[in-house]
Amino acid sequence: MLIECPWCGPRDETEFHYGGQAHVSYPDDPSVLTDEQWARYLFYRDNPQGRFAERWCHGSACRRWFNAVRDTRTHQIVATYRTGESAPVT
Amino acid sequence: MDNEFRLANAGRIDRDRPIPFVFDGTEYLGYAGDTLASALLANGVHQVSRGVHSCRPRGILASGVTEPCALVQVEEPFDEPTLAATTVEVCAGLRARGLSGKGALTSRPDPARYDTMYAHADVLVVGGGPTGLLAALTAARAGARVMLLDDQSELGGDLLAETAPLEGRPPIAWVSGVCAELAGCQDVTVLPRTTAFGYYDDNYVVACERRTDHLGTAAPERTSRQRMWCIRARAVVLATGAHERSVAFSDNDRPGVMLAAAARTYLHRYGVLPGRRVVVFTTNDGAYQAAIDLAGAGVPVTALADARPEVPDDLAKACAAADIEVLAGHVVAGTRGDARISGACLAELRDGRLQGHREVDCDTVLVSGGWNPAVHLFSQAGGGLRYDSQLAAFVPARARQRVFVGGAARGAVTLADCLADGARIGAQASRTVGLSADAAPMPAVLQRTPTPSTALWLVPDPSGDYRRHYVDLARDATVADIVRATDAGLRSVEHVKRYTTVGTGHEQGKTSGVLATGVVATILGVDPAELGTTTFRPPYTPVTFAALAGTDRGALHDPVRVTALHDWHVAAGAMFENVGQWKRPWYYPRPGEDMAAAVWRECVAARRSVAMMDASTLGKIDVQGRDAAEFLDRVYTTMMSTLRVGRIRYGLMCRADGMVFDDGTVIRLADNHFLLTTTTGNAAAVLDWLEEWLQTEWPHLRVYLTSVTEHWSTVALVGPRSRTVLRRLAGDLALDNASFPFMAWRDATLAGTTARVCRISFSGELAFEINVPWRHAQRIWTELCDAGADLGITPYGTETMHVLRAEKGYPIIGQDTDGTVTPQDLGLDWAVSKKKRDFIGKRSFSRPDTARGDRKHLVGLLPVDPDLLLPEGCQLVADAELPAPPVPMLGHVTSSYRSPALGRTFALALVEAGRHRVGRRIHAVVDDRPVPVIVTDPVFYDKEGARRDG
Ligand SMILES: [Zn+2]
Repeated sequence: MLIECPWCGPRDETEFHYGGQAHVSYPDDPSVLTDEQWARYLFYRDNPQGRFAERWCHGSACRRWFNAVRDTRTHQIVATYRTGESAPVT
Repeated sequence: MDNEFRLANAGRIDRDRPIPFVFDGTEYLGYAGDTLASALLANGVHQVSRGVHSCRPRGILASGVTEPCALVQVEEPFDEPTLAATTVEVCAGLRARGLSGKGALTSRPDPARYDTMYAHADVLVVGGGPTGLLAALTAARAGARVMLLDDQSELGGDLLAETAPLEGRPPIAWVSGVCAELAGCQDVTVLPRTTAFGYYDDNYVVACERRTDHLGTAAPERTSRQRMWCIRARAVVLATGAHERSVAFSDNDRPGVMLAAAARTYLHRYGVLPGRRVVVFTTNDGAYQAAIDLAGAGVPVTALADARPEVPDDLAKACAAADIEVLAGHVVAGTRGDARISGACLAELRDGRLQGHREVDCDTVLVSGGWNPAVHLFSQAGGGLRYDSQLAAFVPARARQRVFVGGAARGAVTLADCLADGARIGAQASRTVGLSADAAPMPAVLQRTPTPSTALWLVPDPSGDYRRHYVDLARDATVADIVRATDAGLRSVEHVKRYTTVGTGHEQGKTSGVLATGVVATILGVDPAELGTTTFRPPYTPVTFAALAGTDRGALHDPVRVTALHDWHVAAGAMFENVGQWKRPWYYPRPGEDMAAAVWRECVAARRSVAMMDASTLGKIDVQGRDAAEFLDRVYTTMMSTLRVGRIRYGLMCRADGMVFDDGTVIRLADNHFLLTTTTGNAAAVLDWLEEWLQTEWPHLRVYLTSVTEHWSTVALVGPRSRTVLRRLAGDLALDNASFPFMAWRDATLAGTTARVCRISFSGELAFEINVPWRHAQRIWTELCDAGADLGITPYGTETMHVLRAEKGYPIIGQDTDGTVTPQDLGLDWAVSKKKRDFIGKRSFSRPDTARGDRKHLVGLLPVDPDLLLPEGCQLVADAELPAPPVPMLGHVTSSYRSPALGRTFALALVEAGRHRVGRRIHAVVDDRPVPVIVTDPVFYDKEGARRDG
């Protein structure tokens, strides 16, 4: 499979590694969170059937993290975009 | 007599190059261009093997990769198990024997080379028959970068066994013309003997090229034997042809039963007669030409049984002219014979019943149950299939990738249709990659409209006995086996496959898969379209592990990393330990010493005098930037921003869940410049971890991370006399405690070499870590050896390092921890800042689970028997008597050594509420027997820390 790195262009999937759900930010001040809220940040992630925004890292080349929207049913990557940008598709 | 079944002047073998070979202990003669199967048939050898379970004699059914039963073990030139005789080319030095299903792996190391090529193509054409050739030619003329792969030794596909003229010439002349034009194109790569076996996403096709197998013992030594081609193509043309299938009738497995097209291939391509007296059984037009050609070669064709009630006029007439009796609406109901066939039973099939049995003598039965388009690669590419009832076969439907299927692979039956397909899809493929293409002109060819075939999968048996109606000859699976599966309630062909093993042999059901679907459909009385096929998975044909590995084997399997001092260690007789990819000296035995004695001596030297270790494998990360200090405060539990330039601090990293991830030291080189060390095995993971946080959470921080592990060699100089040795090299660098205190670093010139010297100790002794540029390591190491020679300076390895640090209770992250251990569990609260508002992991320390009082703590253990060395990993329990399972576990031993300083054995362990058990007796389970141990503080040696200043 080819994955389009937003910095390098399309590259073979073996150059990348996976980083779980995207857009789960580290809380501004963890100390004010309840145990339940902190546990949600640590351990809870979505697991949808269909399009899913997730983090990938182009570890064998530019070493950059970026985001991808992937359809978990077909593995088709619908879009890739740079960290800090919002998903171009939903 | 040699080659008594070989025709005098037919075939494409090279009669000037005879090749002797040995099969089952007998020497035969073949020719260059023969397969083992064609050469055996030429010599009258039909029986090659026996059924894997039934042990029944088995012959040669097919002529290529579909062969289910003619399996051999090649013994020379190199052992290879379970090869089909139809795919082994006769080569110099070939020796083989027949197999009943199972081959044996060799114990000899494989001396051959294997390699891998990565290639890109505009248009990749798989299959070099008429369709593929014309597609490749069209794309090449359009200026495309073309790759053409074919699994045979020469291009042409079925044209190699075709006699009808093409453009008024023998077909092979047309093939030669196309090949010559392709060879003259600059961007065209043609690879014979190359099988595309895997088709993955985004048109990634993997193929195996057999480069020297056909040369046998004459293969050049330096040329790779097989080569993997990993090809990324913008468009793919699949011209993979079709596979003829058999029909399930009684005793259809005897040697002498052969697919009709295979017989035609043996006749025309290899000049070999399959037998002396032939019966033909068909469900379609295809087998007629084989009958007519064999009759033309002088072989009597006793009868041609066509299961269809009406036969095409033109074919009937041609048969009459060749003196072949055609029996419409007839089948072969069974065969007889000892090993080889000696006769067949013909019967009329009317309304699903057999009548009018008639015995005929023959030594060969040619069968054609129809053609299965070779949709394997198309299906692997995500393409869907549909059932074509005219063809009684599954054909490609919608494609998911940019792939074009043509010729017999999409169900085309006539040569004219195949050629037209090739020209059309070659142009289509070229256009999708942005080239303007005209289809290459079609060569003139005889046109004939085929009549539909009939879907006959199974010849009914009057007695209802289907135990010898074979479906899968590779697995010895019969119609009776399938009946047993459907009687058990199985309906899905995937389930039937797993229940009966049909299609799980070396050829993965090329002749049996669709036949099994047809048989199941017949039994259940449903349409095969409802059942579908089993899944087509890579590889299309068997691939050796050696080819998949390519050059990645032996020393290249995984990179070996060595330090700049490796040669010195080898010369000093070091034993090595693998730490990640690094080779690290483990201990340096002197003559007569075992490991325990060597480690004991090394430990004593470090504690009493002076010793040195190559610590270069420690991970080193250079951190620079305006926000470097702020960044380190966030990722370490320890406060780093308050560290002064010139000083060093121990640091602990946790994951967000509060569990210890790595530890090391942080050196402040300048306000905005730090150097971190990591554990040897975790260097890459730590760098990745830091990059991840920088890029994804804190991109506004101006920090730059660089791995400098291999820029700096590190020598640990350890022991009460280390200062004495260093002073001899250090010139005017002040080394006293006041000028150069513990956890400080100094730039220095040691024996003319620029060095950074750190006062860090991982042993509790006075110690210096000397960092020099990698290329100067040999020099500084030798200088230290010389400078300390009179003090008995002793090189030591990782085992001694472990003993020394464990005596001090210093944990090794990854050995004494396992990802479920907090700093507090390790007793490292002192390394966790209370002042910082936040750092990674901090919030988790107050989670109820992490704050529990009965978590496992790192403690020391002293076995009551001071000579007993506890095995690392052994379990800890409370009592001397093991209760009935499940036995409550208290924890496990993480490190265990013999200590020269203590004069006894000791261990570190993770123990439930361990710090509350100090002084108490618990038990370690050694060889299923609980032995008593006393829980202690983890620091065994110099608790006051008096020795670190020398
Ligand atoms: Zn990249």
